[in-house]
Amino acid sequence: MPVRIQAKDFDAGAEIAALRRDNRKVGAVASFIGVCRDASEGTAVTKMTLEHYPGMTEKALERIVSEAKRRWNVMDVLVVHRVGELKPTDQIVLVVVTGAHRGEAFAACEFIMDYLKTRAPFWKKEETPQGTRWVEARSSDDEAAQRWEPPKSSAA
Amino acid sequence: MKVRILYLASLREQLGKSGEDFEIPPATSTVAGLRTLLMARGGTWQTALAQGKALRVAVNQEMAQSTTPVNPGDEIAFFPPVTGG
Repeated sequence: MPVRIQAKDFDAGAEIAALRRDNRKVGAVASFIGVCRDASEGTAVTKMTLEHYPGMTEKALERIVSEAKRRWNVMDVLVVHRVGELKPTDQIVLVVVTGAHRGEAFAACEFIMDYLKTRAPFWKKEETPQGTRWVEARSSDDEAAQRWEPPKSSAA
Repeated sequence: MKVRILYLASLREQLGKSGEDFEIPPATSTVAGLRTLLMARGGTWQTALAQGKALRVAVNQEMAQSTTPVNPGDEIAFFPPVTGG
């Protein structure tokens, strides 16, 4: 299964080794790890809670992975996303893409993260000294995802 | 006909409810119609589900539009824009 949602932490090195499986065709491994920061929007964050929509979130992630594999010539993909309580410095998300060459692996990895941030049902609630608050969606994340939309066909 | 409704994340906290089985009249055929019925409860329901609120809807775990049909036995989820990663 290329997609996992779990409360427990992950070991990126072990996950990458498992995904490569000594495949002699792999020439590039691109990975991304998202980490919990100690501040957001200028406010200290002491803890965060991540929630998802069991069932739909897995399907949404699987669809994003399928789309990445359709667009780029990559071999294997892994997405691990944590839920539950996290504190600053904790790992949140891991994306690993293997392929023959770095260009396609980098692109697929970034695409998966941009789509995950705007299309996969996860929500963050932060604890700050002023109380708890739900994180608001950012327009910069929408813009990052829009870069990957296919160019609009001209009407001419 | 009966549908299952879910309220997620901040919407669940605003409404004080994580979900419910809801009997909708046969005339209610779309997501927009269901939303209007729920808003008619007034109070927090009206404000939290108001048009113009950044709200997402999924029908049977697929992203839906206001025009998406609603059928008996469907699972309909209302939630805010996503913020994972």
